[in-house]
Amino acid sequence: MQRIGVFVCHCGSNIAATVDVAAVAEAAKSQPGVVFATDYTYMCSENGQNLIADSIKEYGLTAVVVCSCSPRMHEATFRKVADKAGLNPYMVEIANIREQCSWVHKDTEIGTPKAISLMKTAVAKVNLNTPLQEGESKVTKRALIIGGGIAGIQTALDIADAGYKVDIVEKTPSIGGRMSQLDKTFPTLDCSSCILTPKMTEVAQHENITLYTYSEVESVSGYVGDFTVEIRRKARYVHEDICTGCGLCMTKCPSKKAKNEFNRGLNTRTAIYTPFAQAIPNVPVIDTEACIHFRTGKCGICAKNCAVQAIDYEQKDEIITEKYGAIVVATGFDLIDLKPFGEYAYNLSPDVVSSLELERILNAAGPTSGHLQRMSDHRQPKEMVFIQCVGSRCEDDRRGKPYCSKICCMYTAKQAMLIKDHYPDVNIHVFYIDVRTPGKAFDEFYRRAVEDYGVDYIKGQVGKVTPQADGTLLVHGVDMLDQKVVEINADMVVLAAAVEPNPDIRKLATMLTLSIDNNNFLNEAHPKLRPVEAATAGVFMSGVVQGPRDIPETVAQAGAAAIKVVGLLAKDKLKTNPCVAQSDELYCNGCSVCQNVCPYGAISYTEKEVRDHGVRDTRRIAQVNPALCKGCGACSVACPSGAMNLKGFSNRQIMAEVDTVLCQ
Amino acid sequence: MDLTYSYFPGCTLKTKAKDLDIYTRETAAALGVTLVEIDNWQCCGGVYPLGSDEVGNKLASVRALNDAKEHGRDLVTVCSGCFHVLKCVNDDMKNVPDIRDRANRYSQFDEPYQGETKVLHYLELLRDAVGFDTIRKKAEHPLTGHRIGAYYGCLLLRPSGILEFDDPEDPSVIEDFLEAVGATPVKYQMRNECCGGYRSLEEPEFTNRLVGKIFADAKTSGCEELVTACPLCFYNLQKYNGPDKLPVRYISEVLAQALGIEAGKGVR
Repeated sequence: MQRIGVFVCHCGSNIAATVDVAAVAEAAKSQPGVVFATDYTYMCSENGQNLIADSIKEYGLTAVVVCSCSPRMHEATFRKVADKAGLNPYMVEIANIREQCSWVHKDTEIGTPKAISLMKTAVAKVNLNTPLQEGESKVTKRALIIGGGIAGIQTALDIADAGYKVDIVEKTPSIGGRMSQLDKTFPTLDCSSCILTPKMTEVAQHENITLYTYSEVESVSGYVGDFTVEIRRKARYVHEDICTGCGLCMTKCPSKKAKNEFNRGLNTRTAIYTPFAQAIPNVPVIDTEACIHFRTGKCGICAKNCAVQAIDYEQKDEIITEKYGAIVVATGFDLIDLKPFGEYAYNLSPDVVSSLELERILNAAGPTSGHLQRMSDHRQPKEMVFIQCVGSRCEDDRRGKPYCSKICCMYTAKQAMLIKDHYPDVNIHVFYIDVRTPGKAFDEFYRRAVEDYGVDYIKGQVGKVTPQADGTLLVHGVDMLDQKVVEINADMVVLAAAVEPNPDIRKLATMLTLSIDNNNFLNEAHPKLRPVEAATAGVFMSGVVQGPRDIPETVAQAGAAAIKVVGLLAKDKLKTNPCVAQSDELYCNGCSVCQNVCPYGAISYTEKEVRDHGVRDTRRIAQVNPALCKGCGACSVACPSGAMNLKGFSNRQIMAEVDTVLCQ
Repeated sequence: MDLTYSYFPGCTLKTKAKDLDIYTRETAAALGVTLVEIDNWQCCGGVYPLGSDEVGNKLASVRALNDAKEHGRDLVTVCSGCFHVLKCVNDDMKNVPDIRDRANRYSQFDEPYQGETKVLHYLELLRDAVGFDTIRKKAEHPLTGHRIGAYYGCLLLRPSGILEFDDPEDPSVIEDFLEAVGATPVKYQMRNECCGGYRSLEEPEFTNRLVGKIFADAKTSGCEELVTACPLCFYNLQKYNGPDKLPVRYISEVLAQALGIEAGKGVR
């Protein structure tokens, strides 16, 4: 029998308001094995921790139960306390009487008996605990960044500057991401390219950074400190190491009708192309769907014109395999599909554009060379209407998102002022639900648009945009402050479309066993205290993949993710979780059920000679690789013969908990 | 496939909108669909009562829905107003326990009605059970060259979560139907805007203004004619006599023409 100490936490009033904590401690005293029980205001405080450590020594405790918050919160804290006091940390059990009890019940009438019940199950379990030893695993001193936008670029630079090797995998032909498509940035109106391009160059030249553009992550295996990643380098049909980036192939290419993705489809590009002039690497790719050679076998003009013979129509996709200690996901965002918003006539009129399309129109390197023009007749608009929250804060989940996209209020004020600066005679109307400008110098920026530039902000929403015979767009909306219906004959309508995570994240989340929320944003390990770490150890996140944010926030988070990676790579060895599955070879009948349910590929089979009641026998037996096992317990549930046990959560321990609950 | 359905014509189809009723029956027969009119049906009320404690005005719909259930058939209607009311009431009977309980206590059916009946608009029947492809094949007198605009109005589309009829902001089912009868459908942006509804009785000027905008957009977009499935929309569109007015017909009449059914049987 163990000598158990039970420590009941008040958590201020968090627990004590709805649970009679003294009664829980009192009830604990009569439980089998319990030699000491007490309660205290904050068990996680220094005094609380000392109370546990001192009690372990004073009463010669062999096991500890802490009745407090979720084990996700403080299990590690209390295990450390035990360890310091000379007790094996795995002899500590947490009874969660906060999240699973006091927070969900209104009064002590229900709260106290439930807390007592939770305490009893933890005591029953800890009675059967055995000391467990953590193992060690190595750390590969190299990081992988998935996504080459500003989030990925900054994370990579910070890790590389700290002296560690970094690889960036970017899906498109160039790094730069959304930021490279922007004209100016709020609230200081720096030119986006001017502040981004030097960083892109730095990435390309950094001795610690390897760039895999036009590449995608194919598969991920392994675990924190020792991931193995397969990267598919898609065929560019241009040799990166030979091409000089002279651009002659692009000038000569006769196929000029391919949709220009970088300009959001507002104009066309050649079949062999770099997405933009400052692309890194400055090596074109061939779009095989548009290329005449790939479609008909003829042409070949680019190859004929290439002075260094860099073009290779026979190039194939290549898979490379690399080892990493840490992975950062920085896959960024796109705008939502605007097709389901029929009322705004986005599908009907080329003069209804998304905010990112306007960004390209305003950009000197864009489809109109920076001239504000309607895409239909290239006329300069006189009346412009901006519609905010298109698909943001939207109750209809079939086409919109429930969240605020956070950046639209600010970039709309920015776009309005940029236009007013260059074309003072343009009238700008902005339909908004609320103007949200929390951020350094943000509200001042927005007020400048209203007060200095005379941008007409209308609180209300637009119900219909109808193209008229004269080419204008009749915008039918409501002014909620004036309580009036508003009709504006606009020349151009700009839709501030909601941002959403890049759809690739779903595939990636499956590969990396990451958890994503209802809107496909990545979930953090803890929303407040571990905001850049994913729940999967060794995986971190940077940028909009976690939630809508602007450039300064993204850069700050990139730095935070980088230091977490550096902290991990700085270690030579990692402690491994000892709570892994173990197969009892005498019970195992080699049926493979466990192997089929294991999500981590941690179970294999071996032929082994066993002695069963004095009989020697060669049997097929399950073996668990403790380095791969995450301790999820799927195998121990699935095993028909009860041979699989999860250390720290054995079948006996679980049954003891169940019995305790049922026998009350 | 058994194409027998319970049929709820609705009051207007017996008086002002006889065309809609007659051509629906005749085209259904020509396409092998049997529409069995519900015995002793009562007016759906015309307007879905929004009061959450309002049960009395929903009972006529509940009776019709239950009758279809007892015959084991889906319930078909062609009037947008009836479709709207029947489907909204059916949703109440399925999902609002208070209304369901009170309506059942009053009605005293053999077994309580709980929203089991599937309510279909005639267009859905044509699309899903008959198939627009079949109509295309049987349309011996296609409306080739006719540039027709669909006028949906509100009642057929909203509330979209309950009616589940089509995309409320960019509907296309009538256009697909028009394409099946050989016409050239013309999409125009105002096709799902309100015609003013019953306000035409008290404020004809208001309705006129709304309808005027609809016609203007339809004409600008190149429509030569409009079709609708709603007697109230039809009434308001007909009443208008401004400069952009276009001829208006019911969807069933257009279908009848394509199938070669003799015109002019009804009385408007």
